[in-house]
Amino acid sequence: MLLFYLFGAIAVGASLLVVLGRNPMHSVLLLIVSFAALAGLYIGLEAPFAAVVQIIIYAGAIMVLFLFVVMLLNAHREDDAAGAGPRLAHGPLRAGAVLAVLLVVELAWALTRAGRSGGDLLASGPGADPAALQSVRSLGNVLFTEYSLAFEATSILIIVAMVGAVVLARRES
Amino acid sequence: MVPLGHYLILSAILFATGTMGVFLRRNVITMLLSIEVMLNAVNLAFIAFGRSQGSVDGQVIMFFVVTVAAAEAAIGLALVIALFRHRESLNPDVFTSLKW
Repeated sequence: MLLFYLFGAIAVGASLLVVLGRNPMHSVLLLIVSFAALAGLYIGLEAPFAAVVQIIIYAGAIMVLFLFVVMLLNAHREDDAAGAGPRLAHGPLRAGAVLAVLLVVELAWALTRAGRSGGDLLASGPGADPAALQSVRSLGNVLFTEYSLAFEATSILIIVAMVGAVVLARRES
Repeated sequence: MVPLGHYLILSAILFATGTMGVFLRRNVITMLLSIEVMLNAVNLAFIAFGRSQGSVDGQVIMFFVVTVAAAEAAIGLALVIALFRHRESLNPDVFTSLKW
């Protein structure tokens, strides 16, 4: 219970700093902190494999990619150019901030309504066996039988993304 | 035991934080980072729902979301590099060639 609030506070605080920070380098590093806190939450939800994936793939691979690009572009000086950073003075952007606040109210309302039917975690699950939920074996079973088509589709997606990234970032000669 | 609603409210707060970043920031890399925050908020909701339903489907979908996030990051960063090479800027207001 205490750990939930601790990790939740870390995740929200780090995400806010990611969004509001002026230096992209700090943003990337703080996002890794946020991901680590989320991994802790996943362990609290008895999804240890999801937590491991979160750390290895998100914090390990995707964020390193971001960090690499930030350093490659030497981008930390870019943000203090004219018009960069949070601009609350302009009409459309202020509308965006209002929309974000509206969104959090709406989402909290909708999700609490959805959560109320469930009540306590795992109180109403049909075949709620924590051991089966945690095991990688049952996860793999579902992934390669029920979701095998989606799995193959994601492999094609990865190939397309890889080729696309190479084509896009190539220096045309 | 933490009730499901608390996880969902946390997920909503994170998602709105990411949305705020996409709207407010004028830096392409920070906007991509905000999208990652939004995807993670959705992951948290999926896993919390999966836990409350007692099924592994939430975790399976979380893996698909991670895969899509990896593809999105690769393409997005390739686009950022290509744009930076042409315009020497990361401000999305500079990239107006397709506007009329």
